[in-house]
Amino acid sequence: MMKTTPQSPSPSSTTAVKAWELRLYVAGQTARSLAAFENLKKICEEHLAGQYHIEVIDLLEQPQLARGDQIIALPTLVRKLPVPIRKIIGDLSNTERVLVGLDLRPRA
Amino acid sequence: MTETHITQTGIVKVPTGIEGFDEITGGGLPQGRPALVVGGAGSGKTLFAMEFLVRGALAYNEPGVFVAFEETTEELAQNVASLNFDLKGLDAEGRIIIDHLRIERSEIEETGEYDLEGLFIRIGLAIDSIGAKRVVLDTIEALFSGLSNEMILRSELRRLFRWLKDKGVTAIITAEQGNGKFTRHGLEEYVSDAVIFLDHRIENQLSTRRVRVVKYRGSTHGTNEYPFLIGKNGFEVLPITSLGLKHAASTERISTGVARLDTMLGGHGPYRGSTILISGTAGSGKTSLAAHFASAACQRGEKCIYFAFEESESQIIRNMRSIGIDLEPWSKSGLLRFEALRPAQYGLEMHLARMHQMIREFEPQVMVLDPITDLMAIGSQTDVKAMLVRVIDFLKSRQITAFFTSLTSGGAALEQSEIGVSSLIDTWLLVREVEMNGERTRGLYILKSRGMAHSNQIREFLLTDHGVELIDVYLGANGALMGSARLAQEASLAAEDEARRQAVERRGAALEHKRKLIEAQVAALQAELASEETEFQKAIEYEKHSDRRAQQDRSAIARMRQAEELSLSKKG
Repeated sequence: MMKTTPQSPSPSSTTAVKAWELRLYVAGQTARSLAAFENLKKICEEHLAGQYHIEVIDLLEQPQLARGDQIIALPTLVRKLPVPIRKIIGDLSNTERVLVGLDLRPRA
Repeated sequence: MTETHITQTGIVKVPTGIEGFDEITGGGLPQGRPALVVGGAGSGKTLFAMEFLVRGALAYNEPGVFVAFEETTEELAQNVASLNFDLKGLDAEGRIIIDHLRIERSEIEETGEYDLEGLFIRIGLAIDSIGAKRVVLDTIEALFSGLSNEMILRSELRRLFRWLKDKGVTAIITAEQGNGKFTRHGLEEYVSDAVIFLDHRIENQLSTRRVRVVKYRGSTHGTNEYPFLIGKNGFEVLPITSLGLKHAASTERISTGVARLDTMLGGHGPYRGSTILISGTAGSGKTSLAAHFASAACQRGEKCIYFAFEESESQIIRNMRSIGIDLEPWSKSGLLRFEALRPAQYGLEMHLARMHQMIREFEPQVMVLDPITDLMAIGSQTDVKAMLVRVIDFLKSRQITAFFTSLTSGGAALEQSEIGVSSLIDTWLLVREVEMNGERTRGLYILKSRGMAHSNQIREFLLTDHGVELIDVYLGANGALMGSARLAQEASLAAEDEARRQAVERRGAALEHKRKLIEAQVAALQAELASEETEFQKAIEYEKHSDRRAQQDRSAIARMRQAEELSLSKKG
């Protein structure tokens, strides 16, 4: 169900430019990778329906891409758009913190 | 090919290529294992690690990966450009990869479980892309400030170091010195095969850098603190104990430039490669002897390096010309090189390193250090002695004859050299000032000279317009006399001699006179005797004559008496 780049998880992602460009870095299809992707999709559908595009990058297949976004921890979710860039690491299980990280909720 | 060293325990070592460091560790860092380099801010951790990579790539053909957590690739390249490390060139040739990892806590939100696989992938990719044998992680502790889940971090670091070992790369992990702990985040728990400590401290306003091998599993290593420098050629560790006393001793003798002094030193001067110390109070002529020594070396066609701590080159040349030693031609022809600088310009280690460096560059046969006591201003006696031990060991290993001067301050025991280096010295000359009859004169003697019969005499040390002259002192009933007292004594001796000679002459004349007198007397007596003899003869003649007359008379009478002629003549 999870495929590598680029993927369009929702019909709305077919439009050329979305307000939300999200990139999820993982290393192989581990349980944690899958959980992160599931959690991300759920949050996006809930809060950003139709405005987002998720690109999943498997660093085991494209290790050279780790350098560009300064990836150290995995999984890492990078918010490319809207600027500024945000990084959220972990399996995204803590929804509240993901929302804070994506600036969808003000910081406490 | 990589040069490796195998110890008895089977640890294979990789030379770092850092000067001196491989000596104190007996070959370098453990191959295929991570080593921890700990130090405070500005202690040289990054440079140490970088040189390890650069030397590895250049000298041992081992490509390396530098993972920088704090500085960007650009910054690193600039920082080491002053050491002539061409990082960009090495990067272009695929011999070194510099990967800058930026972790900005403010940009990162942590939401649940994660690992550092991204880091592994990046390092793994870099290693594999150039077949790296060496890896540097500088400073991995930055992770602790970038990520908050320490539990995950620690388990991931443990995994990382394990993984580096499995990769078979020799790695340097740098870490910040901790407060109360060895490293700030206890990295020594994970990296424990080799731990190197770099220290940078300020003493007497002069900085000293020191390196110490805290731990080296499975290998012997020097446990001392070794001074090191960051010079224009990178790191330079100055080992002291590793040199040992293995230098060959030459039997060749060289001249000190003062013929009489050579005579005092067993007739032929000191041995090549020996260490000569001249100590004396201010103005005792130490520098003049040193100049003789330097000049004699140049005359032999040898190269001499002259470290002057008190006078500039032109001042020494001018002053020595006044006593008839012209050093300028040697300086111009390049045989003589002056290095005049104030001791306080650098710390001891820097001085030592500069000496090392210059000696290696210039390759002299003779070295003058004038005076060693000035170094006391920048270090404790122990430090200076330790430094001089290293200098002497270094010189001996290169068969360089060294001439040190040492200033004895007034009141101090002359036989005690200020720095306590006497035991390191092969030939020790002492110039002592003698105050007598309202003047000061200099007396030179040999306190010791290893391996040769040497004079035990004090010689008067004169500075003339044709250099140093050593003159016999007057030794007599009144003790040793020097200077004008010696001259006066010599004059009075000469007068005494003259008087004695005249007395003898006078006695000779008197004897002659007496002899003549006696001879005259003898002649007179002989004349007297002769005249008496003549008188006696005359008397005899007369007697005989009278006798004959009497007989004739008697015969005449008998004839007159007609007596028997025969009987009378028989009786007569």
